[in-house]
Amino acid sequence: MKPWLAVAATVAALGIVPALLPAFYVTLFGYVGLASLVALGLVLLTGISGQTSFGQASFVGLAAYATTLLTKFAGAPPIAGLVVGLAVTGSVAWLLGLITARLSGHFLALVSVAWGISFFSLFGTIPLLRGFNGIGGIPPLTLGALSAANPRVNLAVIWAVVAAIMLLSANLLDSRIGRAIRTLNGARLMGESVGIDTARLSRAVFVIAALYAGLAGFLFAHFQRFISPTPFSLGASIDYLFMVIIGGAAFLWGAPVGAILVVVLRDQFNDWIPRLTGQPGDYEALVFSLVVILLLQRAPGGLMPLLLRLRPRKRPDVAAETASDATPALSIAPTGAPTGAPTGAPTAAAGAPGPELLAVESVTRHFGGLAANQDVSFAVRAGEIVALIGPNGAGKTTLFNVISGVLPPSAGRVRLFGTAGGHLAPRRIAALGLARTFQHVKLLGGRSVLENVALGAHASGRAGVLRCMLRLDRKEERRILADARAQATLVGLGDVLDRPAGDLPLGQQRVVEIARALCLRPRLLLLDEPAAGLRLQEKQRLALLLGQLRAEGMGVLLVEHDMDFVMQLADRVVVMDFGQKISEGLPAQVQADPLVREAYLGSVA
Amino acid sequence: MDPFIFFALLQDGITTGAIYLLLAIGLLIVFSATRVIFVPQGDLLAFGALTAAGLQSGHVPATLWLLDGLSAAALLASLTGGVRAAGRALLVWGVYPAVVSLASVWLARREIPAVSILLALAIVTPMGPLIWRFAYRPMADASVLALLILSMALHFVLIGLGLVFFGPEEASVPALSTANFTIGALDISGQSLCVLGAAVALVVGLGWFFGATVQGKALRAAASDPLGARLVGIDAGATGSLAFGLAAFIAALAGVLIGALTPLSYDAGFEIGLKGFVAAIMGGLVSYPMAAAGALLVGVLESLGSFWASAYREVIVFTLLIPVLLWLSLRRGSDEDRA
Repeated sequence: MKPWLAVAATVAALGIVPALLPAFYVTLFGYVGLASLVALGLVLLTGISGQTSFGQASFVGLAAYATTLLTKFAGAPPIAGLVVGLAVTGSVAWLLGLITARLSGHFLALVSVAWGISFFSLFGTIPLLRGFNGIGGIPPLTLGALSAANPRVNLAVIWAVVAAIMLLSANLLDSRIGRAIRTLNGARLMGESVGIDTARLSRAVFVIAALYAGLAGFLFAHFQRFISPTPFSLGASIDYLFMVIIGGAAFLWGAPVGAILVVVLRDQFNDWIPRLTGQPGDYEALVFSLVVILLLQRAPGGLMPLLLRLRPRKRPDVAAETASDATPALSIAPTGAPTGAPTGAPTAAAGAPGPELLAVESVTRHFGGLAANQDVSFAVRAGEIVALIGPNGAGKTTLFNVISGVLPPSAGRVRLFGTAGGHLAPRRIAALGLARTFQHVKLLGGRSVLENVALGAHASGRAGVLRCMLRLDRKEERRILADARAQATLVGLGDVLDRPAGDLPLGQQRVVEIARALCLRPRLLLLDEPAAGLRLQEKQRLALLLGQLRAEGMGVLLVEHDMDFVMQLADRVVVMDFGQKISEGLPAQVQADPLVREAYLGSVA
Repeated sequence: MDPFIFFALLQDGITTGAIYLLLAIGLLIVFSATRVIFVPQGDLLAFGALTAAGLQSGHVPATLWLLDGLSAAALLASLTGGVRAAGRALLVWGVYPAVVSLASVWLARREIPAVSILLALAIVTPMGPLIWRFAYRPMADASVLALLILSMALHFVLIGLGLVFFGPEEASVPALSTANFTIGALDISGQSLCVLGAAVALVVGLGWFFGATVQGKALRAAASDPLGARLVGIDAGATGSLAFGLAAFIAALAGVLIGALTPLSYDAGFEIGLKGFVAAIMGGLVSYPMAAAGALLVGVLESLGSFWASAYREVIVFTLLIPVLLWLSLRRGSDEDRA
């Protein structure tokens, strides 16, 4: 397997080659390895999940001091220091994450500055830790009779750990949890709609990043065998973040690349600048910061994207891709069409509607003084398609958000699947069997269509962070991906499974959302303008699919502006205007309703 | 505790609290107008104090050359923007720095406290818009987090420059007032009153600015609805420039005020600025009155803390954030999904 080989080769090079060089390089590359560990955590945290921390060095310090106290003063074996150190850093991170759980990301970042300073100050003032004099004589790592007092052995140990962490992280990103983590970066609402507990997950990522830092701290203490507060300062934390920015925050490889550059260049600067200027100064920080500013402005992705561009591109299928551009997926072929679907346009009320799935009861929703929904009531039963129509600003999308739990109603209630109708979080509603799409498409644009669709199957999996890291999730993952492939093929995306979702035309992106929703195996499907941006053939195909789903007993509620589409497909139509329901009935009845005609003022074709 | 000591600590706390209040206001103005968390504001505070101190001791401060350099760059950059823009830029980035430079060189020798302070304000204030122009504006649409990381990098740049400009020594700004009032057995220092007076004047002045002037209203509009403001023709670049100018002025003012109470070194601004942040966060980064209350609380707590447990002073102040954030967290729903 290629990633394994790449990791193994690089790490061997960095862990073994410097070992043959003078002692100075052994130490230097030891630091590079330790910094890579911390930076890997920051890649997950900053680049992938869109949070950030200016306090990672204090996690390094917590674990370093924990293992020092245990092994030097209490005589415990290093393994105890490791366990306790990780437990301490993990718990502290978990608590800090809990405190800022519901605030937006920059609060976590600001608070991390505060705790970074606080811990640094504590390391320096708690008498037991001996302040800035530091603690020396920390025992080296031992394994049975083997001792790693030799720096060269230490170097190998450090890089073996880096390799392991890189592989675990790569495994994690390529899994159910990895997909979910990516929704944390700007698509939390979508994540919740497929059943992801985003608050808990972002806390988990934060804890993982802290544990990586803690691991580095443990190794640092036993590698250097002397610790003082200095390497755990706020400045050190920011250095780690700069490494990630320079290397490329969205790439695991960005961590070692950034770490090498920053550690090695900083060392060179320290040699060179005093020689050039004749006086010591903080020039190297100045130069580095200017480089970071330029990178943020000109190449926010860091160096990794530039390095990847140097690599020979192995994508000869460009022609094939453009070809599939010309033939939109939905119109490709009837081969992917649902089996047993009616051949003509589906007729309304194909089967008798089943039990009630959704009851909207006198729902009112205010925004300040504006009533976006006023006393709205209607129901959707199994095996029927209900269309919600109305002029722009009638309150349809607000009602969707109330039904799917994004917004609580100001008054009235929403009863789903016969529940009592209290306000539930979107992910709980998703678990009950409601799936939705969004008016403004919410996809992971850079990820493949398949991955996006597989997000819908998130709640059907059980594998947690650890299982994903250790690849114990493969059976489940195969099932999820097979499921996603099936649903994507069903809606006609079979030919574009591997393309980045963001590259598809908007109409097809909506279809990706539908496939994702279907992966939830919902009993009730909420579609917000599914036909917008689709061509005629594509619309026909969508209508066919929805008819098939109805025949299988699914309830569908859709908001749509395309009247031909609605009138042809819907069993019943609910019309809203200025937040109120003004009409409800069969398509023909609604079309004949003078109130409806007035509301649309001729905008009905 | 001795009531006199308590009173002295309280006075001290309220005075530094007023400084934090000023900084919190600057941070809120910048954050609401541009989404930038302006970490380097603290460094501009140090620039302000040390520039005034330098002028007072008869030196032409190096911050002046920084102003001239950045202004020249801004002038050059504006040449591509048409005749009218270039004309205006010539006035702002050509004539103004020239006047300030001449005045500084000429007046530095006279060592008049009020003149040194005014010149320091004149030198540091334009750095706000210049920093906006060259650092933030090229990536103004980036996420709050990316802008925050940029702020951190900028902080290191300013710290690095500060060391080069001023060296590692501490310096004091001449006090605006050396008077001391005695009420009963209580001492009140004139400089403390100056700080409080400046804080009140600034709050009143900003209240008028935001309530009554076109620029102030534009800034408020840009803060409450950036897109809407742009659509009605409010220039995002100009509002950003104005916000950063105000913040830099406030920072420099805070610097010359606090620099008379305690000697400052080139890197002292960061932590002072952070305490302004603690106050601003108490207001949830939106509320000015809450931030004001927070600033006074931070000041008093820090002052009392330095008496009881001086080694843990910083820890006490920053631990204060935890209950505040918990409260904010519980009160507020999730506001994620920044595009």
